[in-house]
Amino acid sequence: MTHAQTQPATPVIPLPPRAAHLTTLTGATLTLATTFLAWTWTTTFPGNLTINGYPGGLQTITLTGATLTLLYATTALAPPRLQRLLAPAGTTPPTLLLALGTFAATWYTLAAITLDLGGLVNLEPGGYAAGAASLLTLTGALALPNTAPTTTETTRRTPWQRLRHSLTPGPPPPPPRTLPTWAETLTIAAAFALGLLLLTYGIDTDYGELFTGYLILTATGLAALHRAGLTTRLNHLTTKHRTTTLTAAFTAAACFPLTQTNDTYTNLATSILVFATVALGLNVVVGLAGLLDLGYVAFLGVGAYTAALVSGSPESALHARFPFWAAVLTGIAASLLFGILIGAPTLRLRGDYLAIVTLGFGEIFRITMTNLNGKTGPDITNGAMGIPNIPELNILGFNFGTTHHLLGIPIGRFGNYYLLMLLATLTVVLVFRRATDSRTGRAWIAIREDETAATAMGINAFRLKLLAFALGAALAGLAGTIHAHVITTATPDQYQFAGTVPPNSAFLLAAVILGGMGTITGPLLGAALLYLIPSKLDFMQDYQLLLFGLALILLMRFRPEGLVVDRRKQLEFHEPETPTAKAPTP
Amino acid sequence: MTPNPAPPLLHATGITMRFGGLTAVRAVDLTVHPDEILGLIGPNGAGKTTLFNCLTGLYTPDEGTITYAGKPLPTRPHLVTRIGIARTFQNIRLFPNMTVLENVLVGRHTRTHEGLLSALLRTPAHHRAEHTSRQHATELLEFTGLTRKSDHLARNLPYGEQRKLEIARALASEPGLLLLDEPTAGMNPQETRATEHLVHAIRARGTAVLVIEHDMRFIFNLCDRVAVLVQGQKLTEGTPTTVQADPRVIAAYLGTPEEDPR
Repeated sequence: MTHAQTQPATPVIPLPPRAAHLTTLTGATLTLATTFLAWTWTTTFPGNLTINGYPGGLQTITLTGATLTLLYATTALAPPRLQRLLAPAGTTPPTLLLALGTFAATWYTLAAITLDLGGLVNLEPGGYAAGAASLLTLTGALALPNTAPTTTETTRRTPWQRLRHSLTPGPPPPPPRTLPTWAETLTIAAAFALGLLLLTYGIDTDYGELFTGYLILTATGLAALHRAGLTTRLNHLTTKHRTTTLTAAFTAAACFPLTQTNDTYTNLATSILVFATVALGLNVVVGLAGLLDLGYVAFLGVGAYTAALVSGSPESALHARFPFWAAVLTGIAASLLFGILIGAPTLRLRGDYLAIVTLGFGEIFRITMTNLNGKTGPDITNGAMGIPNIPELNILGFNFGTTHHLLGIPIGRFGNYYLLMLLATLTVVLVFRRATDSRTGRAWIAIREDETAATAMGINAFRLKLLAFALGAALAGLAGTIHAHVITTATPDQYQFAGTVPPNSAFLLAAVILGGMGTITGPLLGAALLYLIPSKLDFMQDYQLLLFGLALILLMRFRPEGLVVDRRKQLEFHEPETPTAKAPTP
Repeated sequence: MTPNPAPPLLHATGITMRFGGLTAVRAVDLTVHPDEILGLIGPNGAGKTTLFNCLTGLYTPDEGTITYAGKPLPTRPHLVTRIGIARTFQNIRLFPNMTVLENVLVGRHTRTHEGLLSALLRTPAHHRAEHTSRQHATELLEFTGLTRKSDHLARNLPYGEQRKLEIARALASEPGLLLLDEPTAGMNPQETRATEHLVHAIRARGTAVLVIEHDMRFIFNLCDRVAVLVQGQKLTEGTPTTVQADPRVIAAYLGTPEEDPR
């Protein structure tokens, strides 16, 4: 051990540290410079990469990546105070990750140009230069000295193990000095503003290639921030100021429609919000109480159908038009009732049996809605055609269908619904947070952990499971009532177990598991990713279920606790590691 | 020791429990008085844990009656806890991914009543109940010596402390009778002695204790009375000295003197 401490482990590429730093800096600077050159000669490739002196499209991704790499590469040579601020856990892992991300994004761009336009001939010298410069940066970054403490074994490992060692952050940084509350609040606000910017950019990308580049750099960039120890710091702040965090997050989210000039992407964002909310509702059932519900989307359907029936749609069998508040309450009540009806007989089962039965009930809902068409049953739902022409909401004279102006910025139809849906999301987040931190929430987690022991502690397991089921159903019903108005139609096909377009139970469950069970941010993030990726990448649309499967397999292999980690789960899956949360969980 | 004059806390008569053709417990009578520590010993497979499960509502005995404080025992485990019988498990069953404090707070479940709605609205009643529960739980952690570990995950505690936490969690339901299923299994002599002190302290709080154990020294040091269960039947019952001296107990449980010369 003592011998190993004195001898630094070899990086992937053996170079003197000074040379490594120099190479990285030069590479990053050159990469930055090449983004101002033309990479291709024709504007056929989207984003216009043809102009010298003006980076466009995918070049901005490389530009951002190179700038960040340069920032971290410089930080390594900066005074310790600045290092502690930007990279409390060491500069090498973030630099390496950013260099990797920039390299991947740049070479992806070059490959995309070559493939889209048919041949290497379409690359301008600037493109070759960018490729070479990013490779140089990566070479330099791979030779940077390790941050993590070294052991004897690390010196003679395979290149892959040496790479992983280079990416390992150093020892956990000392706790930061306590800043004044206003500074901490400002930090949180800044973090969420950045988050909004990042998300808005992703939603606003208008062609698949740019989105892929964005995804590559965002993934490596966030990993870099985490390895730098910044997410841990932020996490520390957000758990300290939970209300501020919630306020900041929702203010940022509410600002989204203001950043949009037309409704195209607000529509996308509204859908994300609906499915994220429903996924969070499912998280009450799956993540807290540990009940695997494969028919959850039916509750969204109950809410949507109820809203459609009382919406005043000409095709509705009821011909009633409830005011919005009454429609929401009716939708919630109907879902709640349906939840109790399904839950009461099924919740006596455990594990796999419950999953199979809920799957069956979910399908029963869909088939029933199809058959209540006047021929095979009473005419209530208009069968497979569904209930179309659901009128726009009108709350106190505020028509959701028309464009309104806020601070001179037009907020269109989807913007209105987006803001309304955001209120519903806020409600669900508050319900989730408050329920978790209460007698009932603790009882749910206890049941999830060990039902027999929970019963021995005086918990009426059946009753509490039914309560979780009913609450989950009610939350989905709430989202469903708004969703019906957003898409103006309720058809049975929307609410199946697995389909090519969300919502479906498989999508929701995948979102919860991918994002992180039992957390608030997890399902929101999971749903956003799983919805955004197929809708941005056209070729993905037909393979959505394949994507889910692939994502889940990769997740189970590399990060079984989900993207966002419940502090409990983190300890469960990575016992020997240091007990630090891996991602922000406000 | 003179028989306790107070009416019995737990009174079980003629308990029989069959699993198919196997009779695990046969016509067992058992009485626990208030403020008493009663030991239940017997070789492996004697039916001790089965009897425990009958007393906690996990199993419903095929024959026999059980009363607690004069009332018949409910047949559902959570109701048994509610009337005042708490238990620990032979193989520790904590809520591994909850913190130590949260584990104890779950134990408070039957003694608090604020529902989901009051939690969602964060009513004053909710805050009051949470505050009292936390106070109570903190006090119990102090009592069992786990205060410093209150934010740790239960799964990360060392074995001996997990046992202690299980007891603290059971005590949180303010039981009149605590059932301990092999509380010192796998413990070293120091930890066993500490547990002995803990059980005495629990009795001093006014909780009767029924304890299953294999460690003879522990049982005979600890208990006021000891009942011996062999092959599902109660062999004898009495003070530690009389039970220790009973040749049938020695033969059935401790082994004959020829096999184990002292």
